[in-house]
Amino acid sequence: MKTKYDNEMNLEVLSKSCNEAFARITVAAFASQLDPTIEEISDIKTAVSEAVTNSIIHGYENTEGIIKINCKIDGRNLIIEISDTGKGIENIDIAKEPLYTTKPELERSGMGFTIMESFMDDLKIESILGLGTKITMTKIIKENTLN
Amino acid sequence: MNVNYDKEGKLLKFEITEEIDHCKVEKIKRRVDNEIERYIPKNVIFDFDKVSFMDSAGIGMLIRKI
Repeated sequence: MKTKYDNEMNLEVLSKSCNEAFARITVAAFASQLDPTIEEISDIKTAVSEAVTNSIIHGYENTEGIIKINCKIDGRNLIIEISDTGKGIENIDIAKEPLYTTKPELERSGMGFTIMESFMDDLKIESILGLGTKITMTKIIKENTLN
Repeated sequence: MNVNYDKEGKLLKFEITEEIDHCKVEKIKRRVDNEIERYIPKNVIFDFDKVSFMDSAGIGMLIRKI
């Protein structure tokens, strides 16, 4: 695999909720080479968990599908792409509103995108109805000033 | 998760020890519902001191319970 980035990894998991922990821990392990703080690692893990959960519950609606996770390191930037080929999002602006959920019966909080947006430095959502959704999140890992 | 019930104070305490995500939250919710139904407490405490990870699934559980 040739890449213009400093480092890159790909992960594919089935849309099973037990893979959420695996996905977030794997991304956190990949990010650890940038020497992030515990807080930065925690932000990344939470944002990845939200995106993967969205693909499972909303994208694939608990049916079986594949979730692709691509991570790149570009300088101090960690770029995480999480994509599915599920049903897609009808209205991204509404979906991003805090507390908005299409599945209140599942006791969902509707905070997924809000958490991704506030914990990461950049969030981009691309979605086509019937084809799937791709989330691109960037976290800038600050230089460790102690070294 | 450890569950403790104080009969005199009618106080039910859940000490959550696992990571709270979409995968684990269903099990936690079932246990919480069962214990609340069993004791019918006056007050409920959720202790998150030992929780090392929580995402919006945990927030969802809490705001729908209140």
